[in-house]
Amino acid sequence: MASARRRSFVALVAAAGLTLGGGLAACSSGEKSSDNLDKPECAAFKDYTGIAGKTVSVYTSIRDAEADLLQQSWKQWADCTGVKIDYEGNGDFEAQLQVRVQGGNAPDIAFIPQPGLLEKLAKAGNLKPAGDKTQTMAKQNYSADWLKYATVDGKLYGAPLGSNVKSFVWYSPKMFKDKGWTIPTSWDELISLSDKIAATGIKPWCAGIESGSATGWPATDWIEDVLLRDQGPDVYDQWVSHSIPFNDPKIASAVDKVGSILKNDKYVNGGLGGVKSIATTSFQAGGTPITQGKCALHRQASFYANQWPQGTKVGEDGDVFAFYFPAVDPSKKPVLGAGEFTAVFDDRPEVQAFQTYLASADHANSRAKLGNWVSANKGLDIANVANPIDKKSVEILKDSSTVFRFDGSDLMPAAVGAGSFWKGMTDWINGKSTKDTLDYIENSWPK
Amino acid sequence: MDFSNEPPKLLELLYGVIAFLAVVGVLLFVLDKLPMRKERWIALTFLFPAGALLTIGLVIPAIRTFILSFTKPDIAHPGTNKFAGFENYIWMFTEPESRHTLLNTLLWVLLVPTVSTAVGLIYSVLVDRSRGEAFAKSLIFMPMAISFVGAGIIWKFIYEYRPEDEKQLGLLNQLVVWLGGTPQQWLLKGPWNTLFLIVVLIWIQAGFAMVVLSAAIKAIPAEIVEAARLDGVTPWQMFWRVTVPSIRPALIVVLVTITIATLKVFDIVRAMTGGNFGTSVLAYDMYNWAFPFDNTGRGSTLAVFLFLLVTPIVIYQIRNLRQQREIR
Repeated sequence: MASARRRSFVALVAAAGLTLGGGLAACSSGEKSSDNLDKPECAAFKDYTGIAGKTVSVYTSIRDAEADLLQQSWKQWADCTGVKIDYEGNGDFEAQLQVRVQGGNAPDIAFIPQPGLLEKLAKAGNLKPAGDKTQTMAKQNYSADWLKYATVDGKLYGAPLGSNVKSFVWYSPKMFKDKGWTIPTSWDELISLSDKIAATGIKPWCAGIESGSATGWPATDWIEDVLLRDQGPDVYDQWVSHSIPFNDPKIASAVDKVGSILKNDKYVNGGLGGVKSIATTSFQAGGTPITQGKCALHRQASFYANQWPQGTKVGEDGDVFAFYFPAVDPSKKPVLGAGEFTAVFDDRPEVQAFQTYLASADHANSRAKLGNWVSANKGLDIANVANPIDKKSVEILKDSSTVFRFDGSDLMPAAVGAGSFWKGMTDWINGKSTKDTLDYIENSWPK
Repeated sequence: MDFSNEPPKLLELLYGVIAFLAVVGVLLFVLDKLPMRKERWIALTFLFPAGALLTIGLVIPAIRTFILSFTKPDIAHPGTNKFAGFENYIWMFTEPESRHTLLNTLLWVLLVPTVSTAVGLIYSVLVDRSRGEAFAKSLIFMPMAISFVGAGIIWKFIYEYRPEDEKQLGLLNQLVVWLGGTPQQWLLKGPWNTLFLIVVLIWIQAGFAMVVLSAAIKAIPAEIVEAARLDGVTPWQMFWRVTVPSIRPALIVVLVTITIATLKVFDIVRAMTGGNFGTSVLAYDMYNWAFPFDNTGRGSTLAVFLFLLVTPIVIYQIRNLRQQREIR
């Protein structure tokens, strides 16, 4: 400590002519440097030795209550191993991570929700491949379907952390029971149910795609989900990898199919206005009319469970619940989902150890017990998942007949997936034709 | 934040200040002992820190941005750029989306400085020497104290839309409903939505214009005003022939300052529409391309263009200042 101070003093003298703050970063604060691995509650972590007193910086898009739960989930691991986890969540994560990496200020580990971004950072040499132990742990706990999204040029860069299932339609079980409506199991049933509801004077669907600088993303989820149903997973893969153009007639057919709901004045926007109100309604408020009896159906991911007004009970017997967004052919079960992946910018032993722990069943269960959590981790004990919608999501993810596809906009180049696709769909809702919209997005694909 | 960690940092800061003073002291001492051409050396020595900071923080990045504006991302090697010639500049002026952005920026630059200066000027003339002047001035000055993002959020609520049969949340739509109209989605339809955003910046900047111009009006020598009165001027003549020419320098400063602030507008657009519905502006597109869309080439091109737009205004301002100095 004393020598550190003297060193930074010397540095300060040198830097004084330029800046007063320059040397301050050299300050190191005292930390405890012993672990507690011999304690009985730490038995599960006995392999994580020799990293006590070290610090790992984490950078994520997860904030507020969710972030607190996440930090709680690894607290025991941190206490046992003596590693300090510096957590930072940022609402503008995707852009700020690139700013930090370009500025030479990368975090130790980031939870990246876009495999497209992960791939780019890996190819640019910013990321370090996962260590041997992390690889073993990841392969043990996750299916190849999931790991392929974190694999670049044959190298695994990390493991999935949280996941979510997007192919859900939220509804009010009470409203359905009162009116005698039944849950549709095919696309045709879904449309005839919508017509039936529309005939009663209620606009059946409600939606909201406003989300600050990410406005438009819920609409892109709609397109992806319907494309997966309308054209199948193979066309979906070709579309994501751009081996068919964005304005291919197959894509236009799926977009028009979405339009038959979202741009249909008879169907939307229950309790919120006309078609265009979708563009200015926040995604958080998009489903609220269901609780007021002004809307019957809202297609949104499992994590929407946290967005309902306070006091809304989520469950099959509660105020709101969700059914699986039906396929065109009921014998198939395509599922759209997403999640974040752990990726490391530094391969110090404590960083690798933390990445290994995050891929473990221990962490998945520890986090699941705290509530509001879905993971594709095979070691996740479903008994630890309390929330009914999370339970349903885990069941879907574990079901071997499920054909899972990752959110396409997260796989595309950022200029499209976080740019023109969002913007294009927002303009599409606001009246732009399908052809013009798709041509615009196709033109924006980086060449 | 853990404050128990702070004292050592403060101590280090103290070291830093002492070191700084020591360096300055030694420099002064050495310079004092130097035999010849003292003044030039003193000037050079003291210019060095500022010069070095300007080079590191401004000149080098500006040159790098200029070079980057001639590159585009290399698809084959992610994370690297390749030479693209004038492709980005051609893109900027030909692609409909970015052309629209440039047009919007033009609209902002034409409207915000002129309208807010006019509003500020008229207001300060009207309230000058009236009763309750301080109160009236603080009313219009208050928005200056609000951040751009804060102002954006406030006005987003004012423009908020609810369907006709629902209770209105937004002030503007409530007024429309009271007057018997139907609520509108103010921020959806172009080009009106850009105008609705421009109102927000005018709301902020009018206060600034008013304060500076009011001070300038108060500084007009009483003799001139009195002489004009004795000559029998109408209020109209007084305004155009006496007040405006007397405060011309202040008017120019206000116009130039607001113009530069307008060219850089970012926060209001981001907070209110996220650049959607055809409301994007230059600075916002610059950020989007450089960071979220991961195309530093296009981002830099927009930055260079923004720089080119600001430069003549700054040059005009400097020349104006020089002229005044010569008159004095």
